[in-house]
Amino acid sequence: MAETTAQIFHDSPADRSFKARRFAGRFAIYAILIFWAVVCLFPIYWTITTAFKTAPDVMRGHIVPWWDFKPNWLGWRSLGLSPDTIGQVSTVRDQFLLRFENSMIASISSSALAVGLGSCAAYGLSRFSYKFGFMRNPDISFFFLSQLILPPVVLALPFLVLYRDLALVDTRFGLIMIYTLTVLPIVIWIMRDQFGSIPTELEEAAMVDGLSIWGAFLTIVLPIAAPGMVAAFILSMVLTWNEYFFAALLTGTNAVTLPVMVASQTGSQGISWWAMAALSFAAILPLIVIGVVLERYIIKGMAAGAVK
Amino acid sequence: MADISERLHVVTGDAISARRRLFGRGMIWGSFAVLAIVAALQFAQSYNLMKVGFANWRPTLYAYAFWAVCLCWGQVVLRGEQGKRVLFVLPAALFTVAMVVFPLLFGLSIAFSDWNLASSEGPHFNGLANVRQMWGDTFFWNALLNMVYYVLAIAVEYAIAFGLALLLAADIRARKFFRVSFLLPLMLSPVAVSWMIGKSMLEIRFGPIAHLARYLGWENPSFFGSPWVARAAIEAMDAWTFIPFMMIMILAGLQAIPRELQEAARVDGASGWKSFWEVTFPLMLPVSLTAVLIRIIFKLKLADIIITVTSGGPGGATDSVTSYIYRVYRDRSNVGYGTLLAMFYLVIIVAAMTVLMKLVDRWMNPRY
Repeated sequence: MAETTAQIFHDSPADRSFKARRFAGRFAIYAILIFWAVVCLFPIYWTITTAFKTAPDVMRGHIVPWWDFKPNWLGWRSLGLSPDTIGQVSTVRDQFLLRFENSMIASISSSALAVGLGSCAAYGLSRFSYKFGFMRNPDISFFFLSQLILPPVVLALPFLVLYRDLALVDTRFGLIMIYTLTVLPIVIWIMRDQFGSIPTELEEAAMVDGLSIWGAFLTIVLPIAAPGMVAAFILSMVLTWNEYFFAALLTGTNAVTLPVMVASQTGSQGISWWAMAALSFAAILPLIVIGVVLERYIIKGMAAGAVK
Repeated sequence: MADISERLHVVTGDAISARRRLFGRGMIWGSFAVLAIVAALQFAQSYNLMKVGFANWRPTLYAYAFWAVCLCWGQVVLRGEQGKRVLFVLPAALFTVAMVVFPLLFGLSIAFSDWNLASSEGPHFNGLANVRQMWGDTFFWNALLNMVYYVLAIAVEYAIAFGLALLLAADIRARKFFRVSFLLPLMLSPVAVSWMIGKSMLEIRFGPIAHLARYLGWENPSFFGSPWVARAAIEAMDAWTFIPFMMIMILAGLQAIPRELQEAARVDGASGWKSFWEVTFPLMLPVSLTAVLIRIIFKLKLADIIITVTSGGPGGATDSVTSYIYRVYRDRSNVGYGTLLAMFYLVIIVAAMTVLMKLVDRWMNPRY
């Protein structure tokens, strides 16, 4: 009987060690993933919680709300955004809202302008053969894309002087123009890829049916390319919303954007952590929302050109 | 790049009358004449030759916009359907030319002047004095050297990004959560990052990272005291924001690799490590090169974090070229010298990138 109850088929030792190794491998993968997620999310968490701390909480390094410190509206009160000050008149809040509005207008209009100009240019370059002087299509594409290499500092000082002569310093219009310029190559990069994947037969069919080339572009091609345009728009918006260098040089009082406001606070009064945290959090909040909701498009935009 | 055969071919029979052609030409040249006259008047005024009464250079800007519109419209009038095609590219080209080529030429002219915005005098041509000053400017050369270190650090960023992309491409649960959280640092403004991490989490007395460092046995953690630690801290912050960028590009590349290739490698008995080095990695080379090249381009613009966290300190150890030029302008209002440094930097970048791209091209498409 003993022989029948004994196990006949054994997993070889190699197979059994494989199972253990596989388990260890899974464990390691999740450990690294969770570690990196903490690395990515902890600074954001720290900023959010610090916005609700008071001085002693910050000094003692308290981290978990309700458990080791009691949330407090101090930081938001200094911005005029806490529940008890929201109804009152607050100059700081007005200032903050003006910066916020500046950032909003500058990033949205420059991204829209760049997507408009860039989509047309990318479409033209992907469909027709041009000859401007000695420049043919590859040269024109290179001309546009090479703007990406141009470091902002090269343009910054000439623009400062030119804008002074043009009375455009500290205006939203001036910022919008220069932001459009900085994101235009990225838009063209993404859109060229996008239009390249749309078959030309579509427009040919539309034109046989009597549409003009612009009609075919606007009514047939653009709707198909819309995901790419959204991706380009969002990427441009992220870049322009976060832009600091030009804004710091070219604005003074009226057209100041949020990053400049955040940076100027660190310079003058680096101690009021709660207020700084509240301000930083307000500055990054729109992009965190965009990042979580529209992550698909951002990834699509950045993957453009990576895969041919 | 679209092949010629993929292009759209349309045959059009435009009959453009002589009058229409005349009208088109008249429009383009007429508006150009307006632009030339306005610009000439403004130049005359700025050199005190004539009183015209313009408060600023805006009229020239408006004249340029008017000429640009007329030029675009004139294309259609002159060339019919062919002109409508030019209309796709022309606005973007005119915009870029106005915003880049003109300021660059202008910048070149002020690079060789002693223009100080703080003084009431205008620019004076001072020949090669700025070049001589640059030659002796140890801070600038130090900043250039720092840029080399910062660019070399991309190798580490790339390794981390590749590792993360491999993990994300693996068969895991909650992939979307990990992807979104890995992506988030890229969305944050560098200035906010420099406050969140540089100013507050790395704060010596009570920042959480300082606490951690003390716990791990570093007696007196000071992240911006000694040159190399400060440089590493700046680089870490910049890497934190930009690793997701490379990660996403590599992830897209990984997902485009046909599964059969990896399966074939496994069937042939390759271990995980071997199949990575001999199948996945070579296939990923083109994507990797694109990602690294774009990353280098972005790295060369590094400034925001340095300006807000250390403003170049200690002793210029963390300076990037951009942040140094920013300080030259902020502290001394020296537009002429700052522009020369920027122009010199541009020349170096263009030369280096051209060489790099040529090398990459030669390496990817070897000619035997």
